[in-house]
Amino acid sequence: MAKTKYSTEEAIPFWRDERVLRVLGQIVFLVVAVSFFYYLYNNMITALAAQGMTPSFEFLGRTAGFDIGESLINYVRSDSYARALVVGILNTIYVSIFGIFFATIFGVILGVSRLSKNFLVAKLSSIYLEILRNIPLLVLLVFWYSGVFITLPRVKEAITFGPIFLSNRGIAVPWGIPTETWASYLIILFLALVVSIVVSWRLKVIGDRTGRPPLRILWVPLTFLVLAMVGWLVLPQSPLEIEYPALKGLNFTGGYVFSPEFMALLSGLVIYTAAFVGEIVRAGIMSVSKGQHEAAKALGLTSFQTLRLVIFPQAMRVIVPPLTSQYLNLTKNSSLAVAIGFPDLFAIGGTSLNQSGRAVEVIALMMGLYLLSSLLTSVFMNWYNDKIKLVER
Amino acid sequence: MTTSTTEVLAPPTERYTVLGWLRRNLFGSIGDSILTIIAIWLTYAMLKPSLSWGFSVAKWTVIADNLKLFMVGRYPAEELWRVWVVLYLLAAVVGFTWGAWVKGKEKAGYVLLGIPVFLALLPFSPTIRMMILALDLFGFLGIILGRRDNPKFKNWSIISLLLYFPVGILLIGGLTGETGFLPTVKPDLWGGLMLTILLAVIGIIFSFPIGVALALGRQSKLPIISWFSVGVIELVRGVPLITILFMMDLMLPLFLPAEIRVEGVIRAFVAITLFSAAYMAENVRGGLQAIPRGQYEAAHALGLNGFTTMAFIILPQALKAVIPILVSQFIGLLKDTTLVMILSLFDVLGIGKSVLGNPEYVGTAKEVYVFVAALFWVLSYGLSYASQRLETSLGVGER
Repeated sequence: MAKTKYSTEEAIPFWRDERVLRVLGQIVFLVVAVSFFYYLYNNMITALAAQGMTPSFEFLGRTAGFDIGESLINYVRSDSYARALVVGILNTIYVSIFGIFFATIFGVILGVSRLSKNFLVAKLSSIYLEILRNIPLLVLLVFWYSGVFITLPRVKEAITFGPIFLSNRGIAVPWGIPTETWASYLIILFLALVVSIVVSWRLKVIGDRTGRPPLRILWVPLTFLVLAMVGWLVLPQSPLEIEYPALKGLNFTGGYVFSPEFMALLSGLVIYTAAFVGEIVRAGIMSVSKGQHEAAKALGLTSFQTLRLVIFPQAMRVIVPPLTSQYLNLTKNSSLAVAIGFPDLFAIGGTSLNQSGRAVEVIALMMGLYLLSSLLTSVFMNWYNDKIKLVER
Repeated sequence: MTTSTTEVLAPPTERYTVLGWLRRNLFGSIGDSILTIIAIWLTYAMLKPSLSWGFSVAKWTVIADNLKLFMVGRYPAEELWRVWVVLYLLAAVVGFTWGAWVKGKEKAGYVLLGIPVFLALLPFSPTIRMMILALDLFGFLGIILGRRDNPKFKNWSIISLLLYFPVGILLIGGLTGETGFLPTVKPDLWGGLMLTILLAVIGIIFSFPIGVALALGRQSKLPIISWFSVGVIELVRGVPLITILFMMDLMLPLFLPAEIRVEGVIRAFVAITLFSAAYMAENVRGGLQAIPRGQYEAAHALGLNGFTTMAFIILPQALKAVIPILVSQFIGLLKDTTLVMILSLFDVLGIGKSVLGNPEYVGTAKEVYVFVAALFWVLSYGLSYASQRLETSLGVGER
């Protein structure tokens, strides 16, 4: 008799049924969100219409009409907006790759030296970390730019370090100019790369078989270097001719000139990010328990072997995820270039926006591109992270 | 053979002598010695030119002449007393909270009270020195009041802290329109260090509820809500802050109906809040994930529903665990607010840039930027140091 109480006639009313409520709640949320965004969108369209505009990307094909300070590809002011933005993207990638490379090296040195037994070295690097981590990057960038790089002497009185000239026009360094044999040399380099990959794989096989992993990090680059050198000597004409910068009139000719904007941005990004990388590396090394050191010692490994075979593989697991976010930060932070006039994606986007008046489209494009680069970097780093995770038990 | 146990070994003197210390820490091996020499040379090479620049070449008058600009920007001089009141209130509230919560720990209290004394030693005019020293007076009054044995004081101190921020912002922004006791000071007139701090404080306060909501949304089992939250969080975190600032600066006027005009500072506030909320959400999510399943199950067993479980069991614990991370997020935000300079707002860095635009101060870029960097360093390092000390002594973040 009691059972009838729970029969279907007296089921929970739908407004108290959690399953129904979940769906209803989401529908309400969706309606509210969509109508909110539609309201914003509608306002935007009305405001744009008042200025006689409709959002479209066809302006990208029009002539940009502004100059860009430095570019990796050929660009003139009669090129299109799209090409100008490509210049910006390439410049962003250029400075980010350089930045990530140097920040990693510098950061690892800092992190390791902070753990050094040498009192002075450890203290110096910890002072460096404490100072740099507590100063805004933008302050650092404007300091480097207006305080250091453009206050360097004029071209005529440039500071010289051998063939390198430091002046307020930038840093002129010797540069290789490709000759006729450059194309064949590239093929040799490619072959050398293939050979070293094969060597790397063979060494790994040998290491797996004998249980004595050879120093791949030494032998593989050595193979590549030796082959590259042999190729250089074998060719009838050397593939690159070194050209030295020389003072001519009011500027340098020859060599390659890194602009003060680029140098300020790069050095700012590197010394700032290196401080964070240093902390990450230190935390990673410290996360490997003391027992691992002692066990490695007990097995008779030398201290270098201990670091290479025991500590580092385990530390990497802790290091990689936060390192990824530092790399992403560096790429995103390179947008601060706009404050010192380096033509990165954001700076060129800003100029295009002012020239064309297409605020909505340009901003959407820029955000999309940064988002894409963030996603690509994290996909790559997640792949790498999964790869080294296999070391885990 | 038998060595008597009473035969005491000579004390290991080497450990305590200067030479012994040097040998162990600096010249342990040849490699070590080389490193030490390089380090000494580096220190000398860096320190000597910096010090000689700082003490003889640098023209620090650019800072002294523009100190008011650096601190409060174009805030009207006759209303400056309101900024002082806000500072005094801060001293009093912090003192009261300290008195109510912290028993003992006299030393740390003296250090806090020592900050204004130290500031007063800097070369300010006598009036300003007195004004700074008065901070200590208010702080001390607060402590004495808080020390009274009243069990309600702990709650009152939290309420006063919560009330402090809206009251402070009202005092600075004004209340009574164009005239009257507290005339409105438009946000576009806020500037300098005050604007920097206000941007960070308001950003963190407003982003807190949004961040918690986004974190809960991301954890939610309802697909639409969780996709929406993930979308917002990842979109904001995937782009640089400067693009968000830029977007808000240009597009907020487009998004809103034409009648509503929004000042530049307010647009920056909105952008910074949105940016901070996404990062807040990830931090809060970390706190939520740290709560063991047993807590959810126990709440369920007690008959709490989803909402009450969150409100009374999970969130209080998660937020408590997140407090230390919030401090570092605040420091990060404080540094990030410098980006509003690119929108030509006059935060402390923007003021620095505009001072350098004055022909009278040409060639003082190093002095100005070193000063700005030092300001930020003192603020962020001081905050992180204080929060570390407080965490260990009060056990915040431990459950």
